[in-house]
Amino acid sequence: MSEDPIIQLREVVKTFGTQRVLDRVNLDIYPGRTTVIAGGSGQGKSVTLKLILGLMKPDSGSILVHGRDITTMNRREMNEIRSHFGVLFQGSALLDSLSVFDNVALPLQERTTLGREQIRKKVLATLIQLGLIGHEEKFPAQLSGGMKKRVGLARALQLQPEIMLFDEPTTGLDPEKTMEIYRLFHETQGKFGYTAIIVSHDIPKVFNLADQVVVLNRGKLVTFDNPEDIQLSQIPEIQAFVKATMGHLYLSSDLE
Amino acid sequence: MLLQRIENIGELTLYYLHDLGRMGLFLLRTLRGGVQQPFRFRAMLRQIREIGANSMGVIFFTAAFTGMVLGLQGYYTLRKFGSEGMLGSAVSLSLLREMGPVLTALMVTGRAGSAMCAEVGIMRNSEQIDALECMAIDPFRYLLMPKFLATMISLPLLTMVFNVVGIFGGYLAGVKLLGVNPGAFFNGMEQSVVNKDIIMGLVKSLVFGLLIVWICTGRGYFVHQIRGAGYGAEAVSRVTTQAVVISSISILLWDYILTAILL
Repeated sequence: MSEDPIIQLREVVKTFGTQRVLDRVNLDIYPGRTTVIAGGSGQGKSVTLKLILGLMKPDSGSILVHGRDITTMNRREMNEIRSHFGVLFQGSALLDSLSVFDNVALPLQERTTLGREQIRKKVLATLIQLGLIGHEEKFPAQLSGGMKKRVGLARALQLQPEIMLFDEPTTGLDPEKTMEIYRLFHETQGKFGYTAIIVSHDIPKVFNLADQVVVLNRGKLVTFDNPEDIQLSQIPEIQAFVKATMGHLYLSSDLE
Repeated sequence: MLLQRIENIGELTLYYLHDLGRMGLFLLRTLRGGVQQPFRFRAMLRQIREIGANSMGVIFFTAAFTGMVLGLQGYYTLRKFGSEGMLGSAVSLSLLREMGPVLTALMVTGRAGSAMCAEVGIMRNSEQIDALECMAIDPFRYLLMPKFLATMISLPLLTMVFNVVGIFGGYLAGVKLLGVNPGAFFNGMEQSVVNKDIIMGLVKSLVFGLLIVWICTGRGYFVHQIRGAGYGAEAVSRVTTQAVVISSISILLWDYILTAILL
């Protein structure tokens, strides 16, 4: 890999009670690429995401963003790093008390010096792009799951983030809405050129988008530079995961 | 067996010390949020409406009946000593110094404190607070500071309303129903109430306001870290109950401390 990684996890350990969720994990994420973090339930996928976002601190190890260790940063430095991030949460995490328009406008109102009219134009442009026009006065409780995800995506893209993190972006959506979210992901990544980190159960659909797949298993992380390689893994736990999520047809022996 | 018990006591002590420290830092960070820009004036006004104006009905009702009961009880007690004329003094002093601030604070805890705790707890559980942090928006400034200021402004105002309505309730029961001389009622009040009594009530209501908003929003904010609270909706429900109980006990405890200091 010629470019320097944009995010690096070095010997990261995270324990909850007696359970070691991440055990000396190392991971490099490169700019402009899409990394999918996969693994069974409770294997530490969302924890990895929260560690990268600085919402949790690791027990040991370091997490570097642009070469700077975020585990030792104060709140102000962390906020500066976070201005590079956009996040689409599993449940969209829209503010219940704000309308669709106000939710999308929130980062612009709070993080920029743009005037009211400039913000209005920018928000409306995003709402049009994501097919949300006509819904701007609605509140999150009045939206469907798919629409909430689109509003969450619109909000996350407002400050044109360098790195986008998606936590289970298609959980709870029907196949049609799932494809719609992936189409929007493809479109917006093409437009903004962000680095994407996707935590997903939606295997193998999400593999079509991945440049790199990492599988978390019993606190250890296995990286596959090519999504197809995961099917050829000889690690029993990974084989079991592939079998459980992709079906018999995708197993290496069946392919051969 | 004994060692296990000592270990459990030690663990529990450490947990409560940690919780106290966490709540202390929570208060400091929220107060710091008050001096950060931009200040959310409109959000604060909305909260004043929610915490203050929308509590008026409850305050009116509670104050009127508290005043009437004080009038009734006071009349029959004072009559034994032939001092019915002191009824105005007894009612007003009881309300201004004790009943007004304490009952207003307890009513606001039940009506607005529980709502604040549940709201912040749900925001924590549905990752709305995480989302604010990820957008580099300080939740202490954005979310909590308007609630703090609104409670601190609303509570003294509600207490004053409580006092006025309560005195009127006492007047109604004592003068209109039981026939105490109205001149004696108001004269006794005028003779006995001094500025110090009013100030004592206001200081108490300010302290109670801080206690309510600190405990209720703090419990909601840490809903995911509170021992034995559980998860999801159950956690919010338990933590809300806990917040109301802790706030109510703290109000009564601090009422005694403040009375001892200010008398």
